[in-house]
Parts: sequence; structure tokens; C-alpha cells
Amino acid sequence: MSSILTHRLFWPVVMLLVLFAVNLVAFPGFFVIEVKDGHLFGSLVDIVRNGAPTLIIAVGMTLVIATRGIDLSVGAICAISGAVACSILLGSPNPGSVGTVVTAVVVAVAISLVLGVWNGFLVAVFGVQPIIATLILMTAGRGVAMLITEGQILTVNSPPFKVIGSGFLFGLPVAVLIAALIFTAAAVLTRRTALGLLIESVGINPEASRQAGVRSRGLLFTVYTFSALCAAIAGLVLTSNQTAADANNTGLFIELDAILAVVIGGTSLAGGRYSLAGTLVGALVIQTLVTTVYTVGIPPIATMVFKAAVVTAVCLLQSPTTNAVIASWRKPIAARFRKAAV
Amino acid sequence: MAIATAPVASPTRRAIDRTRGVFTSPKYGPVLVTLLLLVAIYAIGGARYRGFLSGPVILNLFVDNAYLIVLAVGMTFVILTGGIDLSVGAVVALSTMIAASLLQSGTSPGVVIPVILVLTSVLGLLVGLMIHVFAIQPFIATLAAMFLARGLCYVISSSSISITDPFFVAFAQTRIPLGGGMSITPSVIIALLVVIVGLVVLQFTRFGRTVYAIGGSEQSGMLMGLPVARTKVLVYVISGFCSGLAGVLFTFYTLSGYSLTAVGTELDAIAAVVIGGTLLTGGYGFVIGSVLGVLVLGTIQTIITFEGTLSSWWTRIFIGVLLLVFIVLQKVLTARRR
Repeated sequence: MSSILTHRLFWPVVMLLVLFAVNLVAFPGFFVIEVKDGHLFGSLVDIVRNGAPTLIIAVGMTLVIATRGIDLSVGAICAISGAVACSILLGSPNPGSVGTVVTAVVVAVAISLVLGVWNGFLVAVFGVQPIIATLILMTAGRGVAMLITEGQILTVNSPPFKVIGSGFLFGLPVAVLIAALIFTAAAVLTRRTALGLLIESVGINPEASRQAGVRSRGLLFTVYTFSALCAAIAGLVLTSNQTAADANNTGLFIELDAILAVVIGGTSLAGGRYSLAGTLVGALVIQTLVTTVYTVGIPPIATMVFKAAVVTAVCLLQSPTTNAVIASWRKPIAARFRKAAV
Repeated sequence: MAIATAPVASPTRRAIDRTRGVFTSPKYGPVLVTLLLLVAIYAIGGARYRGFLSGPVILNLFVDNAYLIVLAVGMTFVILTGGIDLSVGAVVALSTMIAASLLQSGTSPGVVIPVILVLTSVLGLLVGLMIHVFAIQPFIATLAAMFLARGLCYVISSSSISITDPFFVAFAQTRIPLGGGMSITPSVIIALLVVIVGLVVLQFTRFGRTVYAIGGSEQSGMLMGLPVARTKVLVYVISGFCSGLAGVLFTFYTLSGYSLTAVGTELDAIAAVVIGGTLLTGGYGFVIGSVLGVLVLGTIQTIITFEGTLSSWWTRIFIGVLLLVFIVLQKVLTARRR
């Protein structure tokens, strides 16, 4: 019992279950998943699908935060990758062909990799604080995206491109499959190899891990590039879903949602131990919260107040002070049990 | 030989050494570079555009950025302790909304303004307590405050409310003549007062010294018996108060309340503080630097307006580049000292 209570995913999962319960009360058909035209439909499917971009970015963010870093530029990178892809599609004579879409996606991803290397360079080589290093791209990035779109909202009509964000494969939304693929890849690569351990060691004590022979520089480059890659893919999903690139609004505030997902999932911003499963739960909590606000009938504009409430609640529950207080309550009880046993 | 000649170095040589010492110190160097940069941008603007160096253009810089100056002063306190406040933009928007909605319902301005300042200070207090008592990172705590403030804006109203209250309108239209056809708004005076108070508090009070000490090393400050807890909470109260005041000034400036105003202003305030030479890890920096930072941002905006053909999104790119330059500069200066 105590191991469940102190498990670091305990409070996030409780939060998720509470949100599910609220939804079920407000809307009895909440857990119903139907098959229509060979596609899965239902509130749960919507939550997973709409939460996919946040989850994709949060996976990359988890690894960055594990190295005691943070990546604020992901929202701007989303906008840039969407802008690049859409301008290539619009510039080509045949935007509907698969070849053009593949080119657009590859170029968008390649540019994001360059941006990720840039972030990694500032952090790993120049030793700039991550929050500031990525603040530069966060500020300038949307300007760059505006330059690419020339200040316009680029609307594209390309069926193959639309598949990325709103298509279905084997009855499941493509966006969810992409998110699942990235999540699994990150989990396997970092948890089935020593990579995860090395990333955590850099986060816990950069100096000690350097002296132990860990090449932190390469690791930092890797995590920031991976984060940018995730951001670019999320940007493509978002842009494809809206069939338009909007340099101002694509991925706006998504960096904050992603960081929240990671923090709710129990990964400390101070670096070190990280939990990809926690991030998954965190991303689901955020998306379910948004959905709950809709189903319960609260005006959607009030969502942010609830987000603030959830963030505050989860952070306060996970804080060391609260844990110490809870521990001090439990100690006398445990002592009483011991006395009874004697 | 070299040792023998060193004590009798010529006075000019010593002056050069001293100047270089000042410029390469992490304390004064970045501020001086910002000042030079500001002068350089003015020179470029003056050379390129007619009427750029005129008094009204320079005074308008203060008129347009009065609220940002106030925000930057509050942010300087927070950043000096090594923290960060992401909520300031949202709190400005919330203040405009509270002002507009209360005035609409007929509340007197004499009540509205104190209410706003108290509410935003209390929000700052809550954030500070979250950060200190519950050991939550400033980034996350102020992020929650940002969500809360933005969300409350929408709860008050999702559309823009205009202000017709006679006092607010009169205050917004008041111009204080400086002679020669030049004038400033009362908001500028308030902003400059805030700067002076901030300067005095940071440089000449025990509280100010504790702020610097926490930024230098919180652990050492604690061991020296400084009131670290109280100071750490207070800087967020100050930042909250400044955000509220900036919100009031912003309301005078726009004469309306709108929940989507001042999106991204927190980035401008942080950028101004960093460009002004305050080290983001805390411990080094001046209020005056932050004011210079705001002026640099404002001048860039003015140049882009004067240029006419450059689109507004260039502003963001320029700010990004400037941030980069100053961060690298700080890195180099602090690395040399170590």
C-alpha cells in the first residue's frame, strides 16, 4: 500500500482517473468507442488524437529536462516546420502528389534538425543556460516563420499531407500512431540501452559524469536535436490537421503544455531521473482536462484557470515539503502498529 | 625588466587598464556595452532617417514603453535572485481587464487602482510562497500564475471593453509640456519614479543587498544569517506589484481592457533585462541597465517603423539576435573572471 502511495506516478494517475470520473458523470457515453467506416470514434480516441502533438513534443522535452535543461523553442520550431512544409507544397506545381509531400516533410524535418543542433551548440559548447539558449530561438523563431510565410496564413490543399494530421491507418488516427512510434522509439532507445542512464547522469551531476568519462557534449547535442525533431513532427501534425500554416498561432504555448506534461509526470526540472510513462500520463491529463472543460459545459475560454489549478495541485502534492508533512503524519501510525504487534 | 617598469607605467596606460577593467567586469561591462549599443543605434537611425534624432521621437520612446520600463524594473529584482517571472504579461492583461470591467460597473478610479495593485501583489505573494515554501521552480510556479491570470481575463470577458471613465480618459490625454513643443505623459513620470525607487532599494538598502546576495549564492546568504526566505518571497511581490502598475499604465495607454493584450510581453521584459546586462543566474545587474534594455528594444521598433518597408516580424528576429550577442558577451566576461 505504501509503495503505491509513494510511487511517483500515484498523484498524476489519480488526477487522470478523477478527470475520467468527472467526464463519465457529465457524459455517460464517455468511454464508448465505436467503429464507423472502419475508423475508431469516441471521446477517448479524440483525447488521444488531440493530445498527440503535445505528447510528441513532451517526449523530446523529457529527455532535455533529464539533462537539467529545458527547450522553450519547440513552439517556434513547430511554426517553422509547418511554414516550410506548406510553402514547399504551395510552391510546387503538384501539391497533391506523394513525392512533393515527402519532399516537404523531409526538408521541414532537416531544417528543424539544424535548429536543434544550434540549440545544442549554445548549451553544450558555449555553456549558455538552456532556458536562455532556447529563449533566443523562441523569440526569433516565430519571426523566421513569419518570413517564410511572408506574414500570410498558408492554406494548402493536399490530400496526402492531410493524412499526417487527420488520416486513419488500421482504424487508428495517424497522429496517434506517429506519437506511439516516437514514444516507443524513445523508450526503447533510452531504456533498453545505457543511453537513458547516461542522460540521467549528466542531469544529476554534469561535472561528476564528465570525470566518469561520460561525453556530456554529445549527449546534449543529441537531446536538443531530438527535441527539435519531435517539435518539427508535431508542427507537421498540427499544420496538416488545420491544413494551414499560421506562423503566429501554430504551436502557440505548446512548449508550456509539453513542460507541464513532463512536470506532472513526475520528472523534476532539476534534472536526473525521468519517466517517459509519467510524461505520457501528464500529456493525457492535460488533454483530458481540456476535453473535460468542454464536456462539463464550462466555457472553453476558462480552460486556462483549470490548467493553473491542476498544475498547482500536482506540483504542491509532489513537492518535498508536502511529502515531509505526509511522512510525519504516517510515522505515528506506523509506530502505533509496531507497538500493537509487540 | 617588465617587473621593474610596471610600477612606473604612464598615467594614460593606467587609465586604459582601468577602462578595460571596467568594460570587462561582469558587473559593469554589459551595461556599458548596452549604452554604447543604444548610442550606436541612435547614430545609425539619425544618419539614415530625417527627424529620427528629434526630441519628440526620443520622448515617444518613453511614452510608448512606460509600462515596459515598470515591468523590467520588477523583473530585474526577480532575475537578480536567480529566479524568473513568466506571469507578467498575463498579469498586465488581467489588470487592464479588472480596470475596464470595474470602471464599466461604475466603481470610482480611486478604488479601482488600489484594488488592482493589491490583487496583483497578493498574486505575487502566492507565487513567492509556492516557490519558497514548496520548493517549486520559479519557472513552473510563475507559469501557473500566467495560466491563472490569462484564464481569469477570459472569465471576466472575452471581448474588448473600452474605458470611458472621465478620470482615466483625462489622465490618458494629459500631456506635460517640456517646452519646444515636446511633452510627455504622466505615465512616464510614474515609470521614472519606479525606476528611481528600484534603484535606491537595490543599491542603498539592506533588502537590496540581500537580493544580490541570494543571486550570488543562496546558501552563503543563508549561512550569513540574511533573511533569504523573506527576500525571496518579496521579490515576487515586487514583480507582481510592478506588473499591476504596468497594467494600469497600459490601461491609460490603450484606454481599454482586452484579454489578449500583452501576449509575449514577459519575453520582452526578460529580453530587456538580459540586454541590460543582468546575469540570468542572478547576482549581477542594475535597474538602469534594464531601462537601457527597454530603450534598445523601443529604438529598434522605431527604426523598423521609420524604415517602412521592413515588416514588424523583423523586430522579433532582431531581439533574438541581440539576446544572443549579450548572452555570449556575458558568458565571455564571466568566464574571464573565473
